[in-house]
Amino acid sequence: MKKLLSGNEALALGAYHAGVAVAAAYPGTPSTEILEHLAQFKDIYAEWSTNEKVAMEVGLGASYAGVRALVCMKQVGLNVASDPFMAASTTGIDGGLVVVTADDPGAHSTQGEQDSRHYAKMAKVAVLEPSDSQEAYDLMLYAFDISERFDTPVMLRSTTRISHSNSLVEIRRERMKPKQAAFRHDVQKYVMLPVYARMRRPLLEERLAKLATFAETFPYNKIVKGGTKLGIVSSSVAYQYAREIFPEASFLKLGMTYPLPQALIRKFAGSVDKVLVVEELDPFLEEHIRVLGIKVIGKEFIPRFGELDLHVMEDAGRRAGLLFAASKSQPVELPQGLPGRPPLLCPGCPHTGMFFVLSNLGQRARLLDDSGKAKGESKMIITGDIGCYTLGAYPPLRAMDTTACMGASIGKALGMEKAGVAQKVVAVIGDSTFMHSGITGVVDAVYNQSQITIVILDNSSTAMTGHQHHPGTGVSVQGEVTMPVDIEKLVKGIGVSDVKVVDAFDIKALRAAMRSSLDTPDLSVVIVRGTCAVLQKKRTRPRTIDVALCDNCGTCIKIGCTAIQKLDDQVSIDAMLCVGDACTVCQQLCPKKAIGPVSTASGESK
Amino acid sequence: MNKQDIFMVGVGGQGIVLASDILGQVALTAGYDVKKTDTLGMAQRGGSVVSHVRIAQQVHAPLIQEGEADMLVAFEKLEAARWGYFLKPGGLAIVNNHAMPPLSVSLGVACYPSDEEVKDILKRCTDKICFINGTSQAKGLGDIRTINMLMLGCISSFLPIDIKIWQECITRGLPQKILKVNLAAFDLGRKDMVDVHLG
Repeated sequence: MKKLLSGNEALALGAYHAGVAVAAAYPGTPSTEILEHLAQFKDIYAEWSTNEKVAMEVGLGASYAGVRALVCMKQVGLNVASDPFMAASTTGIDGGLVVVTADDPGAHSTQGEQDSRHYAKMAKVAVLEPSDSQEAYDLMLYAFDISERFDTPVMLRSTTRISHSNSLVEIRRERMKPKQAAFRHDVQKYVMLPVYARMRRPLLEERLAKLATFAETFPYNKIVKGGTKLGIVSSSVAYQYAREIFPEASFLKLGMTYPLPQALIRKFAGSVDKVLVVEELDPFLEEHIRVLGIKVIGKEFIPRFGELDLHVMEDAGRRAGLLFAASKSQPVELPQGLPGRPPLLCPGCPHTGMFFVLSNLGQRARLLDDSGKAKGESKMIITGDIGCYTLGAYPPLRAMDTTACMGASIGKALGMEKAGVAQKVVAVIGDSTFMHSGITGVVDAVYNQSQITIVILDNSSTAMTGHQHHPGTGVSVQGEVTMPVDIEKLVKGIGVSDVKVVDAFDIKALRAAMRSSLDTPDLSVVIVRGTCAVLQKKRTRPRTIDVALCDNCGTCIKIGCTAIQKLDDQVSIDAMLCVGDACTVCQQLCPKKAIGPVSTASGESK
Repeated sequence: MNKQDIFMVGVGGQGIVLASDILGQVALTAGYDVKKTDTLGMAQRGGSVVSHVRIAQQVHAPLIQEGEADMLVAFEKLEAARWGYFLKPGGLAIVNNHAMPPLSVSLGVACYPSDEEVKDILKRCTDKICFINGTSQAKGLGDIRTINMLMLGCISSFLPIDIKIWQECITRGLPQKILKVNLAAFDLGRKDMVDVHLG
């Protein structure tokens, strides 16, 4: 029977059926759901790891112990995990080790685009790329076999569109029985002292050559015969767009994109008049094929950045002179000037109050224009991090000056301070990101006698990726209670003496804590605690505005709460969206005391 | 049935992804190939949400091509205007007559389009524009969140798939305790479309 599965569900099911025994990941869109699906199977050990590096090491350890292991991450997660990833390539494996990296062409939910396949080339490991959910399932089964057969970790590269598209999957197998864990001592294989590392080095080249030979007959590297005028080499979802736009072309569809099957490529190129390479992001296949001396066209027409789709594909085909018929669809004049709907902090978000306080203390509304450029001298520099709270950078809050990568806020703040900026530097980081890679920054700040203020926004959740647990919550991916890591004790233990814990919805307390931290010459940490609005189950008395008292001053609008709306010059609060008693930030801030709970407000408003 | 590219748009929190999931199950149960994908921003709530559902004998690309959608199903008016250009010429636009002003409108830096402006924008692609009072109908049922099943009901009247399959897939996809009101919403949406015909 066929099932409609997302790419991530199919990857999880494939790994399960391949007999995976240990799975580890750190949440990251678009890869998060793989581990969530795997965690539903009780006969697997699955964990949210502290970060991707630890996840990779957990996977590697399980593999060394002889069982099959899966490690999942988004593409920037592989940057974090790259050290053990390279090491895994050098030592090789025992139990099959598959590393899923989910790239994000178009940067839908990432700080940038990145083509992970380059890592595989650097590490000299095989890359498999599914083009739909069926292949996600099938290739995952193959990935473990290839890993064990060639003594190598295997990269399975997904993309946002593969991971988050649902398509039909024929389930072909039952779960293979996992092996019993047993570590085979082998110092020359597992202890990478330089002397042994040098001994492993030629083996990597041999392995790569063997993989290239294997790629020639790998069933998912296949020629789809069509006309002889145009031959298209493609992989992943790009193949699907090309199939639809060029129905008459022949295709070399690559399920394994590193190392490449040279003879198969030559044979294919020789059978068509012209070769087009279609791939998202970098010209990875294209450059390898060009090196073979084969004339191809590709990135001069296919964009190097952004997500491909049928429109982009058709446009590229036209510019390449490969499509002659008029477009089926007429170009329509796009609507101009419609208000955007960017992602914003949710109504009742526990980050909003602190950002409002930071925005006002730094006088940012006055000093920064809508694009975040300074009109005057700012009072404070806020280095930010990765999570929902990055949205605090948008107007009207504008309470973030930098965001680079996971955990960077603290190091960046320290660097700015030591560089000698005149302003106080505040680092803002979420609880899960702090666990992921903020802790070492605090150690550095203590050690090097920093004077920055670190604000840890603790909503007890990895909220942006869909509310996963992390070491601070003390609940496992299966929902079982474990040992929570206490952030307050942790930072005190590192050596920060000025540590305050504040209620995220108490504006006065937030302001007092920030004022005191900004005045002190010492390193300080402010932990802001409040439940994520989405996890806030109690929806009590929404706030409403007494129009008799409201003088339309606009203070509540500046909170940036999407429940507070202004249409036709009257402000109102959407009762559906307001979380009620759990928040009350607008009520605390209203200078006219015009905001109160629905049942007690004297006036009526809509 | 020829291919049906159904483009569903709205605001995070309106239940679009669940509706398109169920639509996918319906197509699968009826024996079609189907691909569906959602483009979500980073927001949990309040951001623009788009769901592509492609149903045919064989589907390759998961994303609908601009100017090729057979149906635009808009849960919110501004989103209808924003995404109207995905409709094929003469395609059907089903628009929930409901406005959710984004923050930029509340802040006074942008204007919410009038109903006439929304219609004019959609008319660039099609004359087949159906406004329905879905949100107030859902409110009338006692649960505004049933808007997604109501919109699904609208879609159902244009696909040659047995109503039993729709009901079965909704039953499988929703918790028992909210099933009745959602099936009622589905029926309302279906009835909203009785006089509308695809050309």
